[in-house]
Amino acid sequence: MSVELSGGQIVVRCLKDEGVELLFGYPGGAVLHLYDAIFQQDDVQHILVRHEQAATHAADAYARATGKPGVVLVTSGPGATNAVTGIATAYMDSIPLVVISGQVPSAVIGSDAFQEVDMVGITRPCVKHNFLVNNVADIAETMKKAFHVATTGRPGPVVVDIPKDITDPKIKVPYVYPESVNMRSYEPPREGDQRQVQKAVDLLLSAKRPMIYSGGGVVLGEASEELRTFSRQLGYPVTSTLMGLGAFPATDSQFIGMLGMHGTYESNMGMHESDVIIAIGSRFDDRVTGKLADFCPYAKIIHIDIDPASIAKTVKVDVPIVGEVGIVLKQLMAEINVNGSRIDTEALAAWWDQIKEWQSVNCLEYDRESELIKPQYAVEQLYKVTAGNAFITSDVGQHQMYAAQFYPFDEPRRWINSGGLGTMGFGLPAAIGVKLAHPDADVACITGEASIQMCIQELSTAQQYQTPVKIINLNNRYMGMVRQWQEFSYQGRYSHSYLEALPDFVKLAEAYGHVGMRIEKPEDVTPALEEAFAMKDRTVFLDIITDQKENVYPMIEAGKGHHDMRLRVASGTPIDRELA
Amino acid sequence: MRHIISILIENESGALSRVAGLFSARGYNIESLTVAPTDDVTLSRMTLVTRGSDDVIEQIVKQLNKLIDVVKLTDLADVVHVERELMLIKVRTEPSSRAEIKRMADIFRGKVIDVTSNSYMVEMTGSSDKLDAFVAAISTHHIIEIVRTGATGLPRGSGSLIL
Ligand SMILES: Cc1cc2nc3c(=O)[nH]c(=O)nc-3n(C[C@H](O)[C@H](O)[C@H](O)COP(=O)(O)OP(=O)(O)OC[C@H]3O[C@@H](n4cnc5c(N)ncnc54)[C@H](O)[C@@H]3O)c2cc1C
Ligand SMILES: Cc1ncc(C[n+]2csc(CCOP(=O)(O)OP(=O)(O)O)c2C)c(N)n1
Ligand SMILES: [Mg+2]
Repeated sequence: MSVELSGGQIVVRCLKDEGVELLFGYPGGAVLHLYDAIFQQDDVQHILVRHEQAATHAADAYARATGKPGVVLVTSGPGATNAVTGIATAYMDSIPLVVISGQVPSAVIGSDAFQEVDMVGITRPCVKHNFLVNNVADIAETMKKAFHVATTGRPGPVVVDIPKDITDPKIKVPYVYPESVNMRSYEPPREGDQRQVQKAVDLLLSAKRPMIYSGGGVVLGEASEELRTFSRQLGYPVTSTLMGLGAFPATDSQFIGMLGMHGTYESNMGMHESDVIIAIGSRFDDRVTGKLADFCPYAKIIHIDIDPASIAKTVKVDVPIVGEVGIVLKQLMAEINVNGSRIDTEALAAWWDQIKEWQSVNCLEYDRESELIKPQYAVEQLYKVTAGNAFITSDVGQHQMYAAQFYPFDEPRRWINSGGLGTMGFGLPAAIGVKLAHPDADVACITGEASIQMCIQELSTAQQYQTPVKIINLNNRYMGMVRQWQEFSYQGRYSHSYLEALPDFVKLAEAYGHVGMRIEKPEDVTPALEEAFAMKDRTVFLDIITDQKENVYPMIEAGKGHHDMRLRVASGTPIDRELA
Repeated sequence: MRHIISILIENESGALSRVAGLFSARGYNIESLTVAPTDDVTLSRMTLVTRGSDDVIEQIVKQLNKLIDVVKLTDLADVVHVERELMLIKVRTEPSSRAEIKRMADIFRGKVIDVTSNSYMVEMTGSSDKLDAFVAAISTHHIIEIVRTGATGLPRGSGSLIL
């Protein structure tokens, strides 16, 4: 027995039946019928943001922190275009998102109607898939497909564009939410090819200088446990991309830090010298590989990925395995057990000795005697005060790299940042999304004075929904990351990277009803953090005035290889770059 | 190398633009593209001719497969296949050149399908190479206009692209 519902009601019922708890959105003409349907129920809670970009970031971060899809509702035209940055952000990091956008009535589509934009056209290059709903009777099936596509295989955002007449309360049709979908053109892979698995195991066990290069796919595929067991079984060094942090515990002695542009010396040298690399849910991004011609010159490469297009896109691999990461890791472990342990323990011990030598360079060391607050110090203290248990969101810039380097994550889904698109403005709405998902957890947003201003209006959302997050503003009065590149590559011509006319962030926080603090001395950092986190029910904005000229090290500059890193030259003790 | 990629794709609005958009966004080249519904009205069959190194073609095939609307595809260059393209070509004729143009069309198994006092329209099918050859052969005459469908093709024998 089915009920008769209007299109607007059907959309909301689909969300309920899909198990959606939170919907992030902003109303407007084309979605008024939908908002009326939302008003008349309380199964799905709607979170009103202050800008549609923030709705997508908050929903995206909710997804990153929980593994469940994030859901967004925006109106046509400007509402839809405002959402595009967030959709592209989710797309680049493979985050499951369902974005429902209102569209002008079917009859006027194509006539440059008021607030009309071709949302399906605009988002085509930055969604996993999108739909334009033409018929009330199609809504339920389309919604089911949208959730299915967004959450399975390589996850990603899906847009469902719904013309206003389709949600008209006067037109009712029988509602049934499909139990399953059958899409003949879409079947994500699961098991890896057994012959490939065997080849991979042979290669892995023959390694003398192995590296495990793990990525965001391990987090997305919920395969953290499998990665841990697999890595410990082999005892090989583990490095991770920015997106994979936390999948393998950062405080484990087998973990040698992030790799890539701002990765550790030991990870990048390890990659460079390695003879067998297994890439697990990582996609050989250019921030990771550096100069391709110099990338891992001695290594045979095994690559596990659910998306065949990720394999051999930029780097040729020797043993590709297409499949679900958790399943493939289990297949590998089974095969290793059958194989018996043939690990070359002698070679492995020598390899670890080499890695320890690289580690002794202490590539992340910074000046701890400074009179100024070093951003690294602030992040370290944040780690201590939160006992390493917080969910950390971040914006984009130097502060993002300090967060990745100085807040070791031991669990997946704790580190929430925009890696692929690098979207400034992500951090604050993301923190709100995470806090709504995990109300009892500590949530901090590590940001910079430039990034935070890109979605600062969300302080109002944080007030309305009482999401007590802590904003750690590493305020260097510069677009630090831009300034650093200008220092290194443009002889210090700091073109438009200095931030003049900054607001008084303390007053700003207070104006929104929050607590503001300004911290100017190193010795005040820890007490301020302690005070802030003790205020369990308040959003606190910590404006931490940091050293303006601090840089992120190590750095592989554009066009260089892993072995060609720029290290900090500590006062008086230049680090020998030829060490290796 | 030249590749002819044959694609079964959901017969839905927007499916064509997904393919075209993919090529422009990723900087792949499209030499020709033809598309029409099949005997199964829910499916269209698209034939796309492109050029690229093996690496590029591998990515093109993978990226096409990734499109949700793409049901199945095959690279005809990998299999024994038949390739055909249709061309209509209008040529200016002088009383002195008519016989010559007709003879050329016959040699290439083309048909004259429209005649005016000063022009012929020739219809011709064949591989793209053959059509190129015909155009070259009559290029000494004045070609008024040409339209070509772009190549289509089917694998020979049992190697079919079906569901
Ligand atoms: C300022 C700045 C600096 C940066 N510096 C660095 C840096 O130094 N080092 C660094 O690493 N990154 C850095 N990045 C991030 C970088 O741009 C990329 O986002 C990141 O390297 C990509 O991580 P990933 O390879 O793990 O891939 P992701 O983008 O996380 O992609 C995941 C991969 O796993 C696959 N996958 C997904 N689900 C599954 C599954 N279930 N099973 C199997 N496979 C699956 C996907 O198909 C995809 O190929 C930086 C970004 C910014 C903004
Ligand atoms: C929306 C957007 N615009 C521009 C950039 C380029 N960009 C990258 S980092 C950065 C500076 C960030 O400054 P801030 O937030 O103060 O962080 P800091 O680097 O100083 O820690 C800029 C402008 C970007 N990533 N995103
Ligand atoms: Mg800054």
